[in-house]
Amino acid sequence: MLNPLRNLKKNIEESQITKSIFRVGIPNTDRKRVLIMLGNVFLHLHPTKVKTSGVKLRYTWCAGGLSFFLFLVLTLTGVLLMFYYRPTVDFAYTDMVDIREEVPFGIMREMHRWAAHAMVIMVMLHMFRVFMTGSYKPPREFNWVIGVVLLVLTFLLSFTGYLLPWDQLAIWAITVGSNMAKATPFLGAGGPGSELLQIGGIPLIHSSDDARFLLLGSKEIGGITLNRFYVLHCILLPLVAIVFMAVHFWRIRKDGGISGPM
Amino acid sequence: MLKAFLAAAAALFISAAVHYGLKNVLDYLGQPQISFTLFAIVFIWALFQRPVWTRTGTLLAMTGITLTLGIMLLDKNFAHNLLKPDNAPIFLMIFFFSFFLWISMWQAHNNDRRMEEMLPPEEKETSNQKTWVWPDLVYIEFICMIIWTVVLVVWSLVIPAPLEEPANPGNTPNPSKAPWYFLGLQELLVYFDPWMAGVVLPSIIIFGLMAIPYIDVNPKGNGYYSFKDRRLAILTFCIGFFVMWDYMIVLGTILRGPGWNYFGPFEEWNPHKVVAANNVNLSELVWIKTLYPIGNALNIDWLKQGVPDVGPNYADPGNWLKLLKKEFLGILLLGFYFLVLPVILAKTKLKNFYERLGMGRYAVAIFLFLVMAIVPIKMYLRWTIALKYIFASPWINF
Repeated sequence: MLNPLRNLKKNIEESQITKSIFRVGIPNTDRKRVLIMLGNVFLHLHPTKVKTSGVKLRYTWCAGGLSFFLFLVLTLTGVLLMFYYRPTVDFAYTDMVDIREEVPFGIMREMHRWAAHAMVIMVMLHMFRVFMTGSYKPPREFNWVIGVVLLVLTFLLSFTGYLLPWDQLAIWAITVGSNMAKATPFLGAGGPGSELLQIGGIPLIHSSDDARFLLLGSKEIGGITLNRFYVLHCILLPLVAIVFMAVHFWRIRKDGGISGPM
Repeated sequence: MLKAFLAAAAALFISAAVHYGLKNVLDYLGQPQISFTLFAIVFIWALFQRPVWTRTGTLLAMTGITLTLGIMLLDKNFAHNLLKPDNAPIFLMIFFFSFFLWISMWQAHNNDRRMEEMLPPEEKETSNQKTWVWPDLVYIEFICMIIWTVVLVVWSLVIPAPLEEPANPGNTPNPSKAPWYFLGLQELLVYFDPWMAGVVLPSIIIFGLMAIPYIDVNPKGNGYYSFKDRRLAILTFCIGFFVMWDYMIVLGTILRGPGWNYFGPFEEWNPHKVVAANNVNLSELVWIKTLYPIGNALNIDWLKQGVPDVGPNYADPGNWLKLLKKEFLGILLLGFYFLVLPVILAKTKLKNFYERLGMGRYAVAIFLFLVMAIVPIKMYLRWTIALKYIFASPWINF
């Protein structure tokens, strides 16, 4: 009775379509295990073999991989949210309500928000793990530096996304955060040393051109800030993060793969 | 000695709880100056204790944390403060970081013990072997991804994402809080001006993190968990990460209410709570509290002038001289702390450290240590002598 099923399986496995997609087939020999890693654009981030000590979950906690996975979840849910969200003062909040009340599979906003918080925690956890195993030591020093940049980018991504719901929680959290920019030494209108930057008595740094203005796009949080944070959140920061991630992953391989005792 | 001390502390705690009520005692102990001190002492002590990081020790600690949180949640004020819509990550953070602190310290102490017995660290046993990425690593990653997908879906189904009233620039909520991961920095605003807490300290934190691989020249502990061989590095990082960054996030989230005033875990957030703020500058302590009475006693008018007045015009050199006079002690102290102390340490206590690092690395490392230390130093100065600024001027305060 199983014969027809077996034949079907065999036919599918040996069909031209399957073979054209999965060149290697089921990796049941060592040769195929090498070929699948080399031939697949996603898998070839990895080498074909790794140190046995590095595979253990209690060594890596999978924290770096999961940080990347959460970034992918955030990209996917973020793109879905972009279909329904307009970054203007008139629509942002009502679109939020619509996303919650009207959109099918209405947990995308939840997924996006919780995954964002989880990513912040996961990236910090990854940094903690790398520190505790001393993996920042030579030859991996520079990759740690890239990792710190990625940590900062994670904070910035989360921070810019915080404004987009345009509710009380959002604008006041961003108000508290962006008020700090006003206090930047020399470059913030309220910061120490800003009066020193002047030409012939005309101040160069004032509330409509200082660091806070650069961040907000205006003197107070408003429509232009929403647009600015939206572009930063959806386009610029993810692009920058992707570039740094690419370098980060590349450097793991080039610096000798997953760390381990000499 | 330690046991007697612990017994005395426990007896004190129990009798206070009986007399004042447990919740009131906990509200009292939660104050930043007490809880920060207690947490720092217990945390640093615990890092060195092997029995803490065994399975039993941690099982007890994790159950303890869970039970304590669970019981505390029965209180309606605590539940109200903790279960705010955007506080979910705080739970995740507390449990995650305590669990993984155990995972790392357990393996670190285990490896330390092995190395004392002249065995290599446990990772070494398998680090010369190789494993196929397909299927071994790919499957682990796949399972982790599935578990996290499930976690996220369930989390999203159970807890709705917060959405408050529409943005209204005219209606400032009290307290206004930054996103949770910046609450440690917001907490620093109590002790530092915004240019320090919001700009300079975060920049130094980022720079300091980047500098770690270049100032930690200890070749040991590369690629395996260990504690004994790199105590200084691990202590510094863990104090920064747990005692300062994470503790202050929790403090800022749960224990800071309206007006950024302290509220105990069981206190209701009362927006009308008034806290007397009578902080004084170092220059006031010098010129009013110290020199004035001396001048009075010895009848020297020059000492009785009070705090010298410094005008706001920085183009006038006279103001700089007045500032120098007014803030002489603060300038001397800060100059000593940041410029002289590193030199003294390099010649005495940290001589070996200095020789191992060389001048450049030592200068960066000691600067980062001193900046990290100035944060608790300034916190304790506020708590003990209500100090506001060590250095106060019309243009910049520290």
